[in-house]
Order: sequence, then structure tokens, then C-alpha cells
Amino acid sequence: MTEEIVVQDKEIVVPGEKLAKGMSFLPGPGTYRDNDCVVAQKLGMVSVEGKVIKLISLSGKYLPKMKDKIIGKVIDVLMTGWRLDFNSPYSAVLTLKDATSDFIPRGADLTQYYALGDHIVCQIVNVTSQKLVDVSMKGPGLRKLRGGRIVEVSPMKVPRIIGKDGSMVQMIKDATKCDIVVGQNGLIWLDGDPSGEVIAVKAIKKIEEEAHLGGLTSRIATFLEKETGQKVSAAVQGGAQ
Amino acid sequence: MTYHKRFDGRGFDEIRPMSAKVGIIPRADGSAMFKIGNTMALCAVYGPRDLHPKFMQNPETGILRINYNMMPFSGHGERVRPGGGRRSKEISMVMQNSLLPVLNLKDYPNAVVDVFVELPQTDAGTRCAGITAAAMALADAGLEMKDMVCAIAAGRVEDKIVVDLNYLEDSHEDGCDIPVAVMPNSGNITLLQMDGEISREMLKEAIKKARDACKKIYDVQKAALKARFAQRE
Repeated sequence: MTEEIVVQDKEIVVPGEKLAKGMSFLPGPGTYRDNDCVVAQKLGMVSVEGKVIKLISLSGKYLPKMKDKIIGKVIDVLMTGWRLDFNSPYSAVLTLKDATSDFIPRGADLTQYYALGDHIVCQIVNVTSQKLVDVSMKGPGLRKLRGGRIVEVSPMKVPRIIGKDGSMVQMIKDATKCDIVVGQNGLIWLDGDPSGEVIAVKAIKKIEEEAHLGGLTSRIATFLEKETGQKVSAAVQGGAQ
Repeated sequence: MTYHKRFDGRGFDEIRPMSAKVGIIPRADGSAMFKIGNTMALCAVYGPRDLHPKFMQNPETGILRINYNMMPFSGHGERVRPGGGRRSKEISMVMQNSLLPVLNLKDYPNAVVDVFVELPQTDAGTRCAGITAAAMALADAGLEMKDMVCAIAAGRVEDKIVVDLNYLEDSHEDGCDIPVAVMPNSGNITLLQMDGEISREMLKEAIKKARDACKKIYDVQKAALKARFAQRE
């Protein structure tokens, strides 16, 4: 029996579709082994890395992962902390200990720190098998978000919005003069002057729509140049490659 | 009595013209439309999401909850009574059972995947169209599935075996209707129901023809899912 990959790299496959024949290929994330075949386990884009075949998800909900930086919204104030919603099937708890190094006396009004409806940038410190999530505010850049606006995108598109070493989001920041925070959970906060914010939102939506297509950075650069009427700095574009 | 020619002039194992589209409801996490002849199913998937009431939560795995609904104007002119009933509850349950074998919701304890199947126009074969649409919508929602599911009805009208019955054949006095759902790659059957009487030999033949028809449905599903993320330009 011949061993071969039966699909092309970057091809879109559906669940149950055969990807490769033969035991020398290994099933990566999003695939499984069925006898001597590697089979797709979800709708996704094939990515072949040597002998490992994996699928890049194109859709789906955010599953909390340790050390992810996320944006959460305070939905409840507990006895010793806050409950956050972060655009996932589960909610996270921020305890007093992880929230601040200030001394907070027993019985203090916790809404003075974070009130209902506030958005905060935090980091996941623990996820249990039952998806109980603990987050912390201790780390660089973790803070309460004041003003600005929140945009929701598919969590699977977040890596494309950030770009290699943050190049894509840096380009949008520079072109629109906006302050942008991207959470791994698909919530994006941006703050700047109104016209810049509108362009940034448009750019982010464009990335979300075209995330699975190639040549994204240059297309977004042209888009930003057209919208802002300014040259998008070449240094940033260079950094993206 | 023999059944010479089908009421709508199709061949005996010819299925009605199909079309499918994925991603029709932007607000949903996954969605699909599947049309076969005059039967049309719309499906929206929400979730995995927080499950309430809490007593339904399962700490070992996420659960699948399907809601099948025929719209009031969907039948042959007479108004379908809106809201859930004995029939829609049963069909929701069998659809759930036919889709669960391919789904893996182990990563989502205590959560639920809600699937809404709405039928704006019906001409028999609604549960099959619903299952076919739901499988596409679940894949579109990015859930872990080991295979797709395709469904079609086969059966008997008088002395002939027919595939993809329409309403006239389905309600024929001397006939039998057998909805079959198949996992196209492994060939496993996930739904098999029967309404009417049929001989053992004809049953085997009917299931074989339904399996063949499912391959055609699978091609339509595959094309629709791939078209969702196809290169534009």
C-alpha cells in the first residue's frame, strides 16, 4: 500500500475527510487516526509540517487556556472577588489576592475597584478539568479599560489580527493612532479619536473576513493607506515579513 | 397494482434536486440551509454555551439539544399548529441521537450546544433534511466531529422501492417510509426508522439505495462547506 497525503496544503477539509494514508504520517491537532489513515476531525485548513498533519480551525468558541491574555467583563461581584464573562461557554473568577496588592479591609465595597459592566484585561492563571477559570491582574499591561470601545471577532482569527510578533496590530495602531488591546478570547478594545477608531474597526473586520486568504498584510496596508490617506510606514511593513 | 411511474416523474432511485448553503445566519455560531425538492431546512447552531436549567448540566461532557420546528405555513396549505408537539419532540430526540455519535463534546463539560432546525417549506423528508442541514451547521460551528451525517428516506410504494419520497408517496395508502441517516465515510447508520410494512428483501434493498443516495448528499454538503471559506477573487 502506498503512503501519501491525499489533500493539498492549505486546502479546506470537512470532518471525516481522509487526509493521508499510511502509518508514517502523524495526526496533529484537529485530526485523528482511523486504522492507517489520518482523518479530519473538524472543518479546517490543512497544514502539513513534515510528517505531522494538523488542521487550523476556521470557526469555534474560545476555550480558556493557561497564560492567555484575555479581555473580560465584570458580570458579578462575589464575596472575595469578581466574576467575569469572556465570550466563552464558561466564566472566570478574579480573586482579591490576584486583583490588587492594596490592603482591602473585610467587608469593603468591591465595586470601588471593579464595578459591574467594567471591562478588564487580565491573564488566565489556572483552568481546571471542569473549566473553572482563575484570572489575575498581576503582570505588565493588565488593567481596567477606561473609555474606548469593544469589538468582537472570532477567537480563531485572533492570531491573524495580532500578526507575527504583533506586526499586524502594530500597523493598525500606527496608521490610526489608536490604542488597541487584543484579547485571545476574541474581544478587542480600542481607544483613539473617533475617525481613527472607525478605520481600525473596519480594518479588524476585514482581517476577520479574509483571515484564511494569503497576502493579508499587504492588503491591509493598502486598505489603511486608502482609508487614512497617509503612507503606512515602510518600517512597520518590513517588520511584518 | 403496480407503481409504474413516480408521481413527479422521477426515476425510482432518483433524488430530488438539492442545494445547500453554509453560513446563512451571521449571528449564529454555525448555520446552514439544505433544500431537497420542495423541502427546505434552515439550521442555526449556538454554543457551546452555558446550560440552564442547571439540573440538565452534565459535568462529564457537553450536551446536544435539538429543536425541530415546522413553520405554520410550511405544509400543503393547511396550517400546521405552531409550537412544539408530540411529533416535533420525538423528531428532535431522534435527530439528537443520530448526530451525537459523530460529535465530541468532552471538552465542554456542563455546556450545551443548541441546534435549531426550522422548516419554512415541507414536502416529506423533513427529519432527513434537518439532519443533513444540522450536520453542516455543526461543522460550521467548528465543533469536533469524527464524520459528517447525511440522511435520506427510502421506502416502498406499492411494489416498487423508491428513494427520497415526497409527500404524495409518503402518505400513499400502500407504502412504507424509512428514514436513514448514514456516516458517509465509515458507512455506519445513525438513524433508522420505519413507518409502514415491508418485506425483509425489500428492506435490505431500500437501505442499500438510501446509502447510495447519501453519497450524493455528502458531495453537496462537502461542496457547501468548502464554498464557505473558498478563495474569493
